Amino acid sequence: MENAIEIRNLNKHFGEIHAVNDLSFTVKKGAFFAFLGVNGAGKSTTIQMISGRLTKDSGSIWVDGMDISQNSDAVHRTLGIVFQNSVLDASLSVYDNLRSRAALYGITGAAFAKRYAELSSLLDFDNYAKRPLSKLSGGQKRRIDIARALIHDPKILILDEPTTGLDPQTRHLIWQVLTELRQKQELTVFLTTHYMEEAADADYVVILDSGKIAAEGTPLWLKNKYTGDYITFYSAAEKDLSVLSLPISRQANALCVSVPDTAAATRLILSHPSLFTDYEITKGKMDDVFLAVTGKHPEGGGSE
Amino acid sequence: MKILSALIRRNTKLFFRDKGMFFTSLITPLILLVLYVTFLADVYRDSFAMGLGESQISQKLLNNLVGGQLFSSLLAVCTVTVAFCSNMLMVQDKVTGARDDFAVTPVKKSVLALGYYLSTVIVTLAICVIAALCCLFYMGIGKWFYAPLDLCLIFADIFLLVMFGVALSSVINHFLSSQGQISAVGTVISAGYGFLCGAYMPISQFGSGLQKLLGFLPGTYGTVLLRNHTMNPVIGQMVKEGLPQDAASTLQDVVDCHFYFGSSTVSIPTMYIVLCTTVILLILGYIALQKWGKGKG
Repeated sequence: MENAIEIRNLNKHFGEIHAVNDLSFTVKKGAFFAFLGVNGAGKSTTIQMISGRLTKDSGSIWVDGMDISQNSDAVHRTLGIVFQNSVLDASLSVYDNLRSRAALYGITGAAFAKRYAELSSLLDFDNYAKRPLSKLSGGQKRRIDIARALIHDPKILILDEPTTGLDPQTRHLIWQVLTELRQKQELTVFLTTHYMEEAADADYVVILDSGKIAAEGTPLWLKNKYTGDYITFYSAAEKDLSVLSLPISRQANALCVSVPDTAAATRLILSHPSLFTDYEITKGKMDDVFLAVTGKHPEGGGSE
Repeated sequence: MKILSALIRRNTKLFFRDKGMFFTSLITPLILLVLYVTFLADVYRDSFAMGLGESQISQKLLNNLVGGQLFSSLLAVCTVTVAFCSNMLMVQDKVTGARDDFAVTPVKKSVLALGYYLSTVIVTLAICVIAALCCLFYMGIGKWFYAPLDLCLIFADIFLLVMFGVALSSVINHFLSSQGQISAVGTVISAGYGFLCGAYMPISQFGSGLQKLLGFLPGTYGTVLLRNHTMNPVIGQMVKEGLPQDAASTLQDVVDCHFYFGSSTVSIPTMYIVLCTTVILLILGYIALQKWGKGKG
């Protein structure tokens, strides 16, 4: 599989601060890539350099096989970016916003009408297309931000914390749309997020800390490496579980025991089958991975 | 070209949608007009009547002379102050992040710069033409003496000054990145430009050192051009009605229809050359700043 994005030994300083420190990673074509880190970890700086809004000090960035320092126009046509905050014109209508942005890629007239129809059907915004952006809800605005990022049919979609502050229904819709796009159009999705569980569905995760990669791998690999498994008992009594000689934590209607891995859980089941009548074994969460790797809690995150 | 026209359409639409920006721009010339008519017209009329002494100048001509001065002062100031107001979008786009959005498109920075420039020229010109029509209407009450050519020259001056004002504001706004900064610059320009370009006070009344200094400021030539084209037709009519040529020439000196750089008179074509060259240099400088300049531009 070819690489959609390839970064080698990327560095960026802001005065004394080494914001991005010898960063190297690749994003496969069509993959869902998650880029995690606390504020100031270097995520946005890296995105700014990939999109050509910030010059790098050293290193190389290749997008869809093109060196960004030599093919900026072609790279801009390849990338679609959903910014942290809406950057569209609040006083213009949805339609006018999309029309003016599409024109910047040379998409006008019938070509725009066709693309507009595709996006309004995909993101379901036609019923408020005439309203100014300032009159839309947060979720509606976000859909338009995504429509704007997709207006020129890019191969790679970069989303910089796209669901922060959105209601669960809208977040769900946005993920549904992105999943559909990935499946139908082989769109590469590059995501930064504070919601660790959004990264749990990614094909590959890079955790950034102080400008360097702290950990990387598939979510499953990261969970196996950095967290244990949890056994949740729904009907056992606390005194019965004491035979396991493991710390027990109480949840709403259950008791929970932490084990190093699934093999350890299997051994417990085999040695104490009478305790395991109504139970559940789950992997650790991405929050646990993040905490184990960086020693920091993800901001505003938490699991869903 | 498609991209440029899309940018101009977007910028112009945003300007007229933002009621605050539109009315702030429009209110400046209207306030000046009301202030002139209410407080200064009589002072100027009395002053001219006293200056012309024994000459039998009709009240109508005197009113037109005052009107011409009002007209030229107002437009000389507004073409620049309104340009600064109208060009706020350039900075607002930095604040809202729209510039970041443009930066990830294949649009060239020079096209983006030209888009801001031309859209600001359109809206500034629209407002200044409204102000000019208001002035002509005010003068029309007493019947004005402008031939079609005079009117063409007046509107050409307005166009040139708008080009100058927008180019100047574009260069200055390149270095601004917040709403507070642009408000501060707007306030300074509104307060000071009228004096610097000789609109509020005739340049002939300043000391020789200051007159020499003003000769280096291109905006001054715009004011003098407007003075020529709004007041000379009236003075010409005065001559026809018996005002001695010497008195007319002195009057032209007093109201800045003549401008001296050192000891030599600056001709009208020279004034146009100075103003046009300045506009071209400012536009080139602005595009260069956008393309190669540092900062949030």
